[in-house]
Amino acid sequence: MAADATPSPGGKHVGQRLKRREDPALIRGQGTFIDDVRLPGMLHLAFKRSDVAHGRIVRVDTSAARAMPGVRLVATGADLQGVLPSVPVITPFPYPDHPAVTPDKVRYVGEPVALVVAEDRYQAQDAVEAIEVTIEDLPAVVDAETALRGEPALLHEGFANNVALRIISGTGVTEAAGTQDPEAVDNRELDAAFETAEVVISQRMVNPRIAPSAIETRGVVAQYEATRPYLTIWSTTQRPHAHRRFLAAALGLGEHQARTIAPEMGGGFGAKKIYGEDFVAAALSKQLGAPIKWIEDRSEAFLTTTHARDVIGQIELAAKRDGTVTALKARLVADIGAYEMLLTAFIPTLTHGLLSGGYAIPVIRSELIEVFTNKMPTDAYRGAGMPEAIFFVERSMELLARELGMDPAEVRRKNFIRPEQFPYKTAAGNEYDSGEYERLLDATLELAGWEEMRAEQAAARAAGRLVGLGMSFYIELCAIGPSTMFPDGGWEHGSVTVERDGRITATTGASAHGQGHETSFAQVLADQFGIEPETITLLHGDTAVAKQGVGTVASRSLVVGGTALLMAGSKVKAKMTRFAAQLLEAREEEIEFANGEVGVAGGGKLSFEEVASYAYAPQQLPAGTEPGLSEEAFWEPPGMTFPYGCYIAQVEVDRETGEVALQRFVGVDDCGTIVNPLIVEGQIHGGIAQGIGPALTEELRYDEHGQLLTGSFMDYAIPRASDLPRFELGVTVTPSPLNPLGAKGTGEAGTIGATPAVVNAVVDALSELGVRHVDPALHPEKVWRLIRGGER
Amino acid sequence: MIPAAFDYRRAKTIDEALALIGETAEEARFLAGGHSLIPLMKLRFSQPDRLVDIMHVPGLAGIWERNGQVGIGATTRYVELERSRILQDVLPVVAEAAGEIGDPQVRHRGTIGGSLAHADPAADLPAVMVALDAFLDIVGPQGRRRVQAEDFFQGFFTVDLAEGELITEMRMLPRRTAAYAKLHQKASHFALVGVAAALEIEAGNGADGVCRGARVAVTGLSTHAQRLRGVEASLIGERLEEEVIRAAAERAPEGIEEVNDDLHGSAEYRREMAKVFAARAIRRAAARA
Repeated sequence: MAADATPSPGGKHVGQRLKRREDPALIRGQGTFIDDVRLPGMLHLAFKRSDVAHGRIVRVDTSAARAMPGVRLVATGADLQGVLPSVPVITPFPYPDHPAVTPDKVRYVGEPVALVVAEDRYQAQDAVEAIEVTIEDLPAVVDAETALRGEPALLHEGFANNVALRIISGTGVTEAAGTQDPEAVDNRELDAAFETAEVVISQRMVNPRIAPSAIETRGVVAQYEATRPYLTIWSTTQRPHAHRRFLAAALGLGEHQARTIAPEMGGGFGAKKIYGEDFVAAALSKQLGAPIKWIEDRSEAFLTTTHARDVIGQIELAAKRDGTVTALKARLVADIGAYEMLLTAFIPTLTHGLLSGGYAIPVIRSELIEVFTNKMPTDAYRGAGMPEAIFFVERSMELLARELGMDPAEVRRKNFIRPEQFPYKTAAGNEYDSGEYERLLDATLELAGWEEMRAEQAAARAAGRLVGLGMSFYIELCAIGPSTMFPDGGWEHGSVTVERDGRITATTGASAHGQGHETSFAQVLADQFGIEPETITLLHGDTAVAKQGVGTVASRSLVVGGTALLMAGSKVKAKMTRFAAQLLEAREEEIEFANGEVGVAGGGKLSFEEVASYAYAPQQLPAGTEPGLSEEAFWEPPGMTFPYGCYIAQVEVDRETGEVALQRFVGVDDCGTIVNPLIVEGQIHGGIAQGIGPALTEELRYDEHGQLLTGSFMDYAIPRASDLPRFELGVTVTPSPLNPLGAKGTGEAGTIGATPAVVNAVVDALSELGVRHVDPALHPEKVWRLIRGGER
Repeated sequence: MIPAAFDYRRAKTIDEALALIGETAEEARFLAGGHSLIPLMKLRFSQPDRLVDIMHVPGLAGIWERNGQVGIGATTRYVELERSRILQDVLPVVAEAAGEIGDPQVRHRGTIGGSLAHADPAADLPAVMVALDAFLDIVGPQGRRRVQAEDFFQGFFTVDLAEGELITEMRMLPRRTAAYAKLHQKASHFALVGVAAALEIEAGNGADGVCRGARVAVTGLSTHAQRLRGVEASLIGERLEEEVIRAAAERAPEGIEEVNDDLHGSAEYRREMAKVFAARAIRRAAARA
């Protein structure tokens, strides 16, 4: 079965490879990013940050800093107590207080302890250097498993053994969201599955801590106008409306008195939501009566932009000898760092929901323990809990295949959820919308030339080369919603205004930061109205422009935001139809929109512009109709979408050095209906790169004192274009039944699927040396030691 | 990553550069591309009061062949080394090593003189200069002098360069049978270990000729670029067959003290990689015979 040649059904524009209209300005340096925002009288903020991972602040001496040129304000955490609210967290579970600037205790390297506002950025930094902080060291907690014993120290009062959350989910647990009470769990089914298993796979696996590494660091510009009063704040946030809500409350304002603008952004990847620095900038703007700017530098970004992953999994798989998986059990320990940020506690809980992968596993149980350590807090990063799940499942499937001597493709095939089983509720609790997994697997095998690859590998091995093939079959959870599923609202908002000249201004609450909404959403509306995308402008990223919004997160923009726009468009279209029917003396059912015209097939037609113009100056209003063509809609999906795909990686390991060369990367993705294949490919390419990075080189490492060793791009290796092969990609299209577009989302797919494919390939390459498992990142020395161990 | 205040001066001649450096009692540094110095300043690890930019001094950049020698000006950028027809013809090892430095942005700004003066323990070109037995021409308040590359590199970020002195030029003999092989540190793309081998192979027999001279130098392994004398000794007088190369390369760690040991590579790994990359450099150099 070949991949689908026509990537997408749809109208004239949906399915076209339109170049992103965002790009000409961005590649010419004409975009407005946060650091381009400059206001008259603007002051600059810089932070004094702890260089100790854990300790009590004894003294902060700001006297020298206060006397330095250009300095307007120096403040410590103690000075700001009561002035600033704590950093916001969205979670139903208890969490420790997280001051934006700590007054008493430091809990990670990089935590703000004091700040300076000065007339320029250099003066601010000079003064920061002059602040002297005396800290009484406490033992640093850096290892999650040790921390669980409460050793060597406790981070927060009220959190015994440093445990933030312990939650048991899946088979035998009545509550869909899991339980914190081990006594309430029924273990009979799980125990029976493992007792009767013909094969049991058990493996400890580690997902290392990684840095989102957006090309643009964070930043904020806050302008408080006291007389109105009104706060305007520019921030690198993926969620302007939530940002406004929290920032307004922080300053004692209503949401009607605050406006958040997210300018162009150089990537977010889940890490750019709401931070303490934004609160500080806003509060200081109010206090000093001047706009305040803070731009994070790269050293700060490594230390203080939320990290991700850092989950240890003990995974057990029960199976029959024919390859049928009968149960999966996981014990997950998530090192969430020193505090909770907006979704810190939530992200690891997403792992449980995907532990079924693409397979009909009847029994699934997980226990998740989230642990505080003296590191930067974790939060969402491309994949957000899902890469962990798929890594655990796909490594386990590979281990099972090896144990049984089966082709890894066949083990997967044996366990797939079959097309007729959809909608399929997994034992982990999620209901998958649609899928034809076997068709996609076959398309991937054909695209890769699986049999030839295996033959070439055998020949290479016979010649003494360490060549490995790795496969992964991933599931992505997208379009998170409805509101019962997403703690902060499972909808999105859109508005469509057909202007008097027949052009369209649309807004979306899905605030894009590189995803190409302005192009793809215009394609959707163009087909809806039978006009050209060039006549449509999409505005976003400003709470004064988009009335409401959730933001661009969780691969939900097109599915939820695109549909909301479509719904708003439908209302406008219905109204236009009434005006057109009146003008043409036709019945509304006869009116069609096509090729820039509105009219009756084979009959009278008006230009789109004529109808639009008339709607704003109607000579006779259709009954029950107001003038004008502007509507809005909120749309909440009935359930989540589950795109999927299969990746195959071929690697060769250098026997002498342990270096891994990624030779081929083949994949087929199914994200439902594709609006713009070029944008989807871009998402897949970037996603794959961000999945390969953590497989091979990306790893944040702290030493035993809680010092970050990989605090710059000189030590933290993200992949370069030259490290990557040409990706060989295809698609199948299985539309989602849950939204009118049939779209599923694709933003995180590549990242989820790529890591296990590459790790599986490296393990395969090393298998002849007796290697059964290795945790990423696969640094050359780590691989070299395995080779040495294997050869000895 | 906001540097402390400093004074920036741009020199138009070498004399002016020396004067600008000499006239201040504070710490002054020459700026020759800045791809090591500027990052250190942004981290405030280095806080010079004055930078004297020598990138605009005429005649300080360039590659030339004169009197049977090859000269490379101090402010010659890596990309110019990489693309030089002269080097590709008579000293391919220099072009090869330059092409493996950092990334394209670094190669378009960083300079050979800047790299040698800075003497990062993992920089590529110091090993190449030592292997080629290059001379450095140095000018300073006391006049001009020459120093052999091997003597120039003295320790961890330590070179034979007095206050106010400036490297103007590197000079070396043409040598086609020289090569550089490097294990990249995947983040910085400095050398985890890099080995430069410059061989004299008896003419007329290609790679099968007897090795009459060998200078092999390593970077990334220890505090500074150093010769691998054990390797050299095992090559001289031998035909460079695979067993000879392997046996010679095995001696790479001999005499190297203070082996680097960090999160990117343990001392044990680096020692082993010195062997691997010594063998690779020698093979590649021999293949150029």
